[in-house]
Amino acid sequence: MNSQASSSDTSYYLPSPSHWPIVGSAALLLLSLGATLTIHDLAGGGLLLLAGGGTLAAMLIGWFGKVIGESQNGLYNDQVDASFRWGMAWFIFSEAMFFFAFFGALFFTRVISVPDLASADNALLWPGFQAAWPTAGPGLEQVFTPMAAWGIPALNTAILLSSGATVTWAHWALKRDRRGQLNLAMALTVALGALFIAFQAHEYIEAYQHMGLTLGAGVYGATFFLLTGFHGLHVSIGTLMLLVILLRCLRGHFRPDSHFAFEAVAWYWHFVDVVWLVLFLFVYWL
Amino acid sequence: MNPSMDTPMDKPLTDPHDAGHHAAPAGLWRWLTTTNHKDIGSLYLWFAAAMFLIGGLMAMVIRAELFQPGLQVVQPDLFNQLTTLHGLIMIFGVIMPAFTGFANWQIPLMIGAPDMAFPRMNNWSFWLLPVAATFLIGSLFLPGGAVSGGWTMYPPLYLQGGISYDLTIFAIHIMGASSIMGAINIITTILNLRAPGMRMMKMPMFVWTWLITAYLLIAVMPVLAGAVTMLLADRNFGTHFFDAAGGGDPVLFQHIFWFFGHPEVYILILPAFGIVSTVIPTFARKPLFGYRSMVYATASIAILSFIVWGHHMFTVGMPAGMQLFFMYATMLIAVPTGVKVFNWVVTLWKGSISFETAMLFALAFVFLFTIGGFSGLVLAMVPVDVQLQDTYYVVAHFHYVLVTGALFSIFAGLYYWLPKWTGHMIDERWGRWHFWLSAISVNVLFFPMHFLGLAGMPRRIPDYALQFADFNRIASLGGFVFGASQILLLVVIVKCIRGGEPAPARAWDGAEGLEWTLTSPPPYHSFAKPPEVR
Ligand SMILES: [Cu+2]
Repeated sequence: MNSQASSSDTSYYLPSPSHWPIVGSAALLLLSLGATLTIHDLAGGGLLLLAGGGTLAAMLIGWFGKVIGESQNGLYNDQVDASFRWGMAWFIFSEAMFFFAFFGALFFTRVISVPDLASADNALLWPGFQAAWPTAGPGLEQVFTPMAAWGIPALNTAILLSSGATVTWAHWALKRDRRGQLNLAMALTVALGALFIAFQAHEYIEAYQHMGLTLGAGVYGATFFLLTGFHGLHVSIGTLMLLVILLRCLRGHFRPDSHFAFEAVAWYWHFVDVVWLVLFLFVYWL
Repeated sequence: MNPSMDTPMDKPLTDPHDAGHHAAPAGLWRWLTTTNHKDIGSLYLWFAAAMFLIGGLMAMVIRAELFQPGLQVVQPDLFNQLTTLHGLIMIFGVIMPAFTGFANWQIPLMIGAPDMAFPRMNNWSFWLLPVAATFLIGSLFLPGGAVSGGWTMYPPLYLQGGISYDLTIFAIHIMGASSIMGAINIITTILNLRAPGMRMMKMPMFVWTWLITAYLLIAVMPVLAGAVTMLLADRNFGTHFFDAAGGGDPVLFQHIFWFFGHPEVYILILPAFGIVSTVIPTFARKPLFGYRSMVYATASIAILSFIVWGHHMFTVGMPAGMQLFFMYATMLIAVPTGVKVFNWVVTLWKGSISFETAMLFALAFVFLFTIGGFSGLVLAMVPVDVQLQDTYYVVAHFHYVLVTGALFSIFAGLYYWLPKWTGHMIDERWGRWHFWLSAISVNVLFFPMHFLGLAGMPRRIPDYALQFADFNRIASLGGFVFGASQILLLVVIVKCIRGGEPAPARAWDGAEGLEWTLTSPPPYHSFAKPPEVR
């Protein structure tokens, strides 16, 4: 299996034509149409969503499968490896900017719009509204309990930080070719990721069933659920990617000096970790 | 399915030029599955052309309605849909894809690379665009019609529309994904696939401007995605981001949108600077004056673009201190932009200039883009902007920037590089007709809009008071001529593809750069072996 030759001297790998991108476009077409129909309670939405999801899964498996195969066959030289590094790094940067928009909304609301609504300018419009955080705003009846930082969220912080440590351990083991430790540390990382998701699911159920904290709970609910929700989505994707890497480790993929897929997923995982720390600070704690 | 997909054809290509294209399928399947930067560049350019036709027809209907006061051609609701779609299509469907088409064709040629860094992702970046365009244009035929709240998608108006509003949000998501993947591809290609000896400060200006543009794209397209996601949630999932009753604020949307929106302006114009900085030295037969200062000016413009978004919001309520900050920061951008215009003019100074069509468009760009830049300076002044906000002065300003700026640079680039791409020289006689008709009519079209705006005519309204009738009639006539003139461009392109005087490797005697060392048209995989750059 480790047939990779040191191929830094061969020329850049150019893939032949591929049908996976157009399959991906079809998937997004189906998913968007399905989502739109579902939102508007129109017939066929669920079916289209299902078809789109299936197509997307097929595309991801097929495309990444092909890339993994090419990598295993030693088609990628050092320059291709560097391209992957640049690509992944800037992808993570763009992800950070996506979260930046939602954090921007949170800060704007807390620092500008909520105090403004309670200011003398708006006293006639919203009489008696006191600027405080958390708030459901001056015009909603909804009563809710905000999510406390030092319960499940603190536990989840510990879990994610530990998973960051275990994935670093796995990397350390991989570089020293200690496959047993690598597999163990990767399995632990995946388990910690899954545990985080389970806890967060529990937290959401709590919020909806007992705390009155919903998407509709004013701007607190909106920022809370979109920030933690998109983060949770990233944790889920990250856990799935870690799982793929674990399976590849178990099948003997990667070598001490060549394992970019592993590193890319580790980068992604650390990124998700950092976003969580900011979230914990500004959404749960302060 | 493609039989060659999983055959041993995917061996390492010791000579990519030899092995690669035997696997290329024919017909439609070739274009759907292509991983070749030239094929994908052509797809981008043809897509932009198709969208230009559709967005242009919408503009023709708009100008027909505004030809005289009263309602003649379309009802107000359809008028609003047309102005909204015209804006979205021209920005996301024409200018951005056209520049990306240039990037695909030219960047590998200019830096001595065999292709883009991620050829399959490159294909996906393109093939997402038709999906988004289908949503945008298709929504015209849905119950309730297309989006009609303006291309800026402001709440609360945008929270009230029907099914097409959600489809448009998804279209924005998909176009954003396309732009981000395209930008990552361009950044990686430029950073990692340059030929040996091609140091950063030796790169052609077009490559530099696209590198900086790509950084703008990965920084702000995700922010736009976040903004429309909040709209989606407010519309459908009961959140209150933009609703004061829940503690939110519609102004929040404007802040997020324009944090994307102003850098977007430079996404639409920096590649234009790159094209003009390539064309002018060629036909002035002198190297570009002040290359280093051009690079630094481009970077300065990009950095400044992140701290000026408030100039779109002077009238929504903002503390005076913030207004002053955004005003001065905006005016500061005139300095690096002035450096660029100065450098173009000095490049021309004492050059042995010839006036091929590409050069005519580049020169017109320098004059007319500068007018658009100056009216931007006027609008940057808070007290003036308070008067001119949402008037036709703003429409005049950004059409000078985007039509005589971005679009004219695209024309210049087409006339300049088509001989390289097709292997045939262009028909300069037809090209000159296209240029002069366009350059005159576009001013008849947009210059009177300055006067209309100063006199107080609001934008995005299908009807107007009688005193605006004369200038509107002039503008409409200019618009019809400008629209019709673009048929000439199509003729020139088709003629150039089908035949004409064979183009030598160096199609223009003053042209510099690696792309002119290859044959016209270049081989399927541009540089089989990386060229040496001295
Ligand atoms: Cu701006």
